[in-house]
Amino acid sequence: MVEWTDFERATIADIFSKIQYEVVGPAALARCLVVYPWTQRYFGNFGNLYNAAAISGNPMVAKHGTTILHGLDRAVKNMDDIKATYAELSVLHSEKLHVDPDNFKLLSDCLTIVVAAQLGKAFSGEVQAAFQKFLAVVVSALGRQYH
Amino acid sequence: MSLSDKDKTAVKALWGKISKSADVVGAEALGRMLVVYPQTKTYFAHWPDMSPGSEPVKAHGKKVMGGLTLAVSKIDDLKAGLLELSEQHAFTLRVDPANFKILSHCILVELATIFPKEFTPEAHLSYDKFFTAVALALAERYR
Repeated sequence: MVEWTDFERATIADIFSKIQYEVVGPAALARCLVVYPWTQRYFGNFGNLYNAAAISGNPMVAKHGTTILHGLDRAVKNMDDIKATYAELSVLHSEKLHVDPDNFKLLSDCLTIVVAAQLGKAFSGEVQAAFQKFLAVVVSALGRQYH
Repeated sequence: MSLSDKDKTAVKALWGKISKSADVVGAEALGRMLVVYPQTKTYFAHWPDMSPGSEPVKAHGKKVMGGLTLAVSKIDDLKAGLLELSEQHAFTLRVDPANFKILSHCILVELATIFPKEFTPEAHLSYDKFFTAVALALAERYR
């Protein structure tokens, strides 16, 4: 069981209440596809991913980015049992989508950077630590059902 | 994943802006690292104060940024340009090279907070590659 301090719970709730899902989600996914181009292997049917501009303007990327962020909502609402909350999604990513779990960390790093850009100075070291701990728990849960 | 001309141009262009507040960027990134990755504090146990904004952190952040400014100037041959720094990290400081990635990440986060508009996905890509190349050059003399 993951132990969360009051500060961590408040910080995660605060961040997710402040960010616009339709802005942050698409930006994080697009950034991941640009900075780590091998991640594009999972999006062969997304059309034009030829360059950064195409990726950032791609509507399928935008839609999927938003979907991912809403998926994180489940963890925000169930912080005391993220492992169980993501059991089904983990099976999906392993058995159906065949996503290398190393990619979860890459996307979570991009999400950290996008949120940092949104929050600016408010994204202090303590806030970053809480956010990264949250994402690490999510990443671990998503990789749990792989075998 | 070597640096293309496009990467080098992107790195130098944004570094011009960064160097104007280099001391702040360095201090903040280092302070961030010590908070987010507490295991990195083991290298600074000899400091009287390791908190963000403290004098030792500010002084050291400035030093680190100086090293990165050197790296930018030697971007065409990082291995040769950073040889001395590599020897220092390898034989004197003996910093586990895994930490280079940690500090790089913290600098990238700091750049995102200070330059949200300029730190585009493409700039991020070039800087991620640059810091990876710098880390490799710094680890050159380790063994």
